[in-house]
Amino acid sequence: MTASPLLRATDLWKAFGEREVLRGVDVSLARHEVVALIGASGSGKSTLLRCLGLLEPIDDGQIFLGDEDISDPRVDANRVRARFGAVFQSYNLFPHLSVLDNVTLASRVVHRMPRAQAEERALTLLERIGLSDKAKEHPDRLSGGQQQRAAIVRAIATDPEVLLLDEVTSALDPELVGEVLELVRDLADDGTTILMATHEMAFARDVADRVVFLDAGTIVEQGPPAQLFSAPEQPRTREFLARFTA
Amino acid sequence: MTTHQPSALEIDRRAYRRGRERRSIGVAILSSLVFAALLWVSVFNTPGWAAVQRFFFSPDIALRALPKVWDGFLVNLQVLAFSVVTVAVLALLIAVARTLRQPVFFPLRALAAGYTDLFRGLPFIIVLYLIGFGVPTVMNTRIPPVVLGVIAVTLTYSAYVAEVIRAGIEAVHPSQQLAARALGLGYVQTLRRVVLPQALRKMTPPLMNDFISMQKDVGLISILAATDAIAAARSVASLTYNFTPYVVAGILFILLAIPTIRVTDWYTERLREREQAGAIL
Repeated sequence: MTASPLLRATDLWKAFGEREVLRGVDVSLARHEVVALIGASGSGKSTLLRCLGLLEPIDDGQIFLGDEDISDPRVDANRVRARFGAVFQSYNLFPHLSVLDNVTLASRVVHRMPRAQAEERALTLLERIGLSDKAKEHPDRLSGGQQQRAAIVRAIATDPEVLLLDEVTSALDPELVGEVLELVRDLADDGTTILMATHEMAFARDVADRVVFLDAGTIVEQGPPAQLFSAPEQPRTREFLARFTA
Repeated sequence: MTTHQPSALEIDRRAYRRGRERRSIGVAILSSLVFAALLWVSVFNTPGWAAVQRFFFSPDIALRALPKVWDGFLVNLQVLAFSVVTVAVLALLIAVARTLRQPVFFPLRALAAGYTDLFRGLPFIIVLYLIGFGVPTVMNTRIPPVVLGVIAVTLTYSAYVAEVIRAGIEAVHPSQQLAARALGLGYVQTLRRVVLPQALRKMTPPLMNDFISMQKDVGLISILAATDAIAAARSVASLTYNFTPYVVAGILFILLAIPTIRVTDWYTERLREREQAGAIL
C-alpha cells in the first residue's frame, strides 16, 4: 500500500496456555489508513489489538511502530503505549473521576501538560461530540453511548499515532450504536490512523480502507471492503460473511 | 498442543529476559547483604544493645516467666473462644435487624443502628471499666473476670462485626434478591439461600481482620484482676525489674495471630483471582 507502514507486525504468535490464539499473523497499517478486523468471536481480533498495543506480551514475531522494533524487550513499553490510543468494549472509564478528569488524566500525568491547557483541549473535544455539558459529571450519569464516546475522546486526547478500537459498540444498546460509529467515522475522515475490530459489517464496508478477515489466529483474506464483501476469494470468508447477510 | 517453534529472534529475546532476571536476583541478594551489614553496624554492634538485650531479651527471665505467662494465656484463649461464639450470634442478629425494611420494625432498626454507633464510638477500655468494675458494684456480687471480659468483648466487637455483615449483605446486588423473590422465595429464605452465601464471600476478609484485632484485645482483660498472660507478665516483670516477660507474652499473641493473618491473605488472594478470572479488559 504505502512505502513505509506506520505499524507493522510480522509473524506474530500468541498462546494462552495450550491454546494458540495468534498463529503467525502479518499485518500492517499505513498512516491515515483505517483497517477493520473482522472474524468470529475467539478468532484472535482482540488479542491481536492488545499485542500490537503492547498490552499483552507476544510469544514470537516482531512489531514495528515507524522504524522502531517495539517488541524488543529493551524498549520502554510505557513510552510506546503512550503513542497508542485504545478503546475497549466495556468503556472502562474511571468511575471515581469526572468525565473531564478522565479525558485529561493521561495528558496531565503522562505527558505533563499543564491542567489548564489539558482541560481546554479536552473541552474542545467534548464540545465536538456534544458532551461538554457533562464534563463535570461522573461516568455513571452518562448513557452507555455517551460513556463510550467519552472513552474514545479520552483515547484521542493525547494525539496518539494509532487508535486501536476493540468492538467499541458490542456492549451498547442498538439505538446507541449509531452515535459511537458516527464519532469513529468523523475521526476516520480527519485522517486518524485506526485499527478496529468490529462486528458492524455495514460500517466496516463504509468506513474502512481495508478489511482483514481473521480466522483461528491467522489472516485468511484481506482487501478493499468492496472486493472482500462482494467477491470474497476464500471459502472460509464466504461462509463467515454468509451468516451476516442471511 | 503448542506446535510453534520459536524463531531465532524470539530465542534471543528470551535469553535477554533471562539475563535481566538473573541480574535482578543478583541485585536483590546484594542489597539484602548491604542492608544486613548496616543493621549490624547501627543496631547490634552498639554499646546500648547489651542493655537492650539484658532488659528485653533475657533468656533466664524468659524461661522463669514462660509457665506463668502460658497459664495466663490460656485464660485469654478461653475468653476468645467464648467471645467468638457470642459475637457471631449477636452481630448477625443486629445486622439482620438493620436490614429489615418493613415499617413495623422501625424501633428494632433504630435500636440496632444506635447500638452500632454507640459501641463503635466508645473506647474499648471504657467498656471494660464499666462492665468489669461497674457491673459487680451495681449488682454487689463477685462475677468471675473471665465472664466480665467475654461480655465486654462481645458488646464492642458485635458492633463492628454487625457492620461488616450488614455491608456484606448490602453489597450483594439487589437484582439477586429480585431474582430470588421472583422464584417465590420468602424474605428469610432469600437471605439464607441466596444473599448470605454470596455476602459471606465478600465479608470474610474484613471479618478475619476483626478476628485478629479481637485476638489481641482479649489481652486487655488484664486490667480486670484476671490473671491472664499480660497480668502474669506484669507480676514477673515487677519482681525481676525486667521487661522480658512482656516480650514473652507478646510473642505468644503474635504466634496466635500469624495463622489467622496467613489464612486471610491466602483467602483474599484466592478471591481476587476468582473474581478477576478472564477479566483482563
